[in-house]
Amino acid sequence: MSFLSEDLRQKIIAELPKYPTKRAVTLPALHHVQDVLRCVPLEAIKEIAEILELHPAEVHDTMSFYGFFRDPEHKLGKNRLQVCRSLSCMLRGGEEVLAELCQKYHLQPGDTTPDGKFTLEFAECLGACEGAPCMLVNDECYLSLTTETASEVIEKLGS
Amino acid sequence: MPTFEPVLLRRVGKPNSASLETYRADGGYRALEKALRMTPAEVTETVKSAGLRGRGGAGFPTGLKWTFLPKDATTVYLAVNADESEPGTFNNRIIMEGDPHQIIEGIAIACHAIKCGTAYIYLRYEFGRSYRALKQAIEDCYAANLLGKNILGSGKDLDVYLHRGAGAYICGEETGLIESLEGKRAWPRIKPPFPAIEGLFRKPTIVNNIETLACVTHILDRGIEWFKSMGVPPDPANPRDAGSYGPKLYCVSGHVNKPGCYELPMGITARALIDDYAGGVWKGRKAKAVVPGGMSMGFLTEKELDTPLDFNGPGKVGCLGLGTAAVMVVDDQTNMVEVLYNSCRFYSHESCGQCTPCREGTAWMTKILERILDGRGQLRDIDLLLEVANGIGIIPGTTICGLSDGAAWPVKNAINKYRSDFEDWIKSGRKSTLVSLKMGGH
Ligand SMILES: Cc1cc2nc3c(=O)[nH]c(=O)nc-3n(C[C@H](O)[C@H](O)[C@H](O)COP(=O)(O)O)c2cc1C
Ligand code: SF4
Ligand code: FES
Repeated sequence: MSFLSEDLRQKIIAELPKYPTKRAVTLPALHHVQDVLRCVPLEAIKEIAEILELHPAEVHDTMSFYGFFRDPEHKLGKNRLQVCRSLSCMLRGGEEVLAELCQKYHLQPGDTTPDGKFTLEFAECLGACEGAPCMLVNDECYLSLTTETASEVIEKLGS
Repeated sequence: MPTFEPVLLRRVGKPNSASLETYRADGGYRALEKALRMTPAEVTETVKSAGLRGRGGAGFPTGLKWTFLPKDATTVYLAVNADESEPGTFNNRIIMEGDPHQIIEGIAIACHAIKCGTAYIYLRYEFGRSYRALKQAIEDCYAANLLGKNILGSGKDLDVYLHRGAGAYICGEETGLIESLEGKRAWPRIKPPFPAIEGLFRKPTIVNNIETLACVTHILDRGIEWFKSMGVPPDPANPRDAGSYGPKLYCVSGHVNKPGCYELPMGITARALIDDYAGGVWKGRKAKAVVPGGMSMGFLTEKELDTPLDFNGPGKVGCLGLGTAAVMVVDDQTNMVEVLYNSCRFYSHESCGQCTPCREGTAWMTKILERILDGRGQLRDIDLLLEVANGIGIIPGTTICGLSDGAAWPVKNAINKYRSDFEDWIKSGRKSTLVSLKMGGH
């Protein structure tokens, strides 16, 4: 019995023809796993390594470099929210939005709500500075936010 | 203001601007048809003669870069840099979301010129909309025989793949990008060898920015004269300046009334950009500092705002360069110590860590600024900051990539141009109310 579902394995295998080396599929594979499992457990690392003919340490090395991927102790909630803290957002109140959201939902940056609905983090420049302050919800960016409009976005999230 | 017709933004914001149908109805892909009737060398020569310089930050002449590929190379890759993470920069995103076909067309033209059969677009993960727009555009191109086998009956095969990043700024540095695409940590490589000789999967590789490739499409479509009719010729006083031609996507954000992406001929001044296009500084205030081209480039003072934003301009007043032409405006009610802290924290967070001067230097500069902002600074900290900044980077020769030059420049400019902000803060011993200082987590 493998740890990864057949569906996940097939998704990873489907990436292989795009690249001349198997190792290049490391990031796509990690994305597929974290999309579904909300973290990358050690068993998943081992099976990715097996599919890509790598040592698990090589997959782990890559994974740990990118702060994006989480281990099971820091599993993501169903939604990932990232409030930008870089300069243009800071100049237009981004820090206050993040602080007020933290206070409202009793979280520290990086934490997940107890019901697992969302994880709240800070981000560096999201490349949407014309809409500062902004917040990424999974991979959609919400622009020109206030704490109120950011809270509305959160209330509408599926749990 | 002279009238100017946008080209890169021409369709952006219009209905169905991202669809293949709209694009073709507007003359799309005729530049590719034209290019495919030319030899690769002729296409390269056209881009070279137009004087196109890379829009990703370094301003390297695009056609010239293409000629660096070994003549006998059998496999060549194009790595398209869509990592766009330099604080203040969002022009690539605007055109990827709103008009992706002008980019795919530029990729196909470039691939013909460099005899490349496989292109990878390295896209930062956060750009979900760009991802979906590009994915759709690529699928439609395969269906229309604009990509795939024997494109447009030319006998040329071309595959384009989208590859998503994972939230690291350093993946925008071209060799960090290559390492990341290969499935490794994004540690920039020591150069030489440059990617054109040994790049992705150890093969000769061209790395080009999204806006650069969009320009390639329009150069082929509208011609060399059109491109050179805009911009600034080489500065006779600077033998290394190759001129700044063509349209440019300027990003403006921060304390302005109308933040946004404005397409203008190269060489507009920072003042005209802010006042005539971005609606002026907000709340009737004055600008105190203006970042000319993404955080790494440093700061222009209010008096320096008549600097033209071309490849040669910002360097003349002590900035690192034009960078990504992303302008961030800081008003006169803001303190530069807090602005600089935001910058240093970014580079410390994003340093890949393989060079000690960069890893330690960026961390120490951040810590020193934290101390000052906590009211515990000493006057000698100012020179200490400068000493650290002067010691890190490719320019002093202590690091592998330019991230640390980009970390150092805002420090040097902030202290040299706004020293009294630092002295006054330290003497007052006051504590900053910046929320992020209390939140921690970097
Ligand atoms: C730290 C660092 C980050 C960079 N980030 C980007 C980026 O996000 N996008 C980009 O196109 N170029 C970026 N560059 C510049 C690239 O290394 C490279 O010069 C560029 O992609 C070449 O394309 P061009 O010639 O078309 O501009 C970065 C450079 C450094 C040193
Ligand atoms: S200069 Fe900094 S970011 Fe660049 S390779 Fe060295 S440690 Fe990494
Ligand atoms: S500074 Fe927040 S999106 Fe760029």
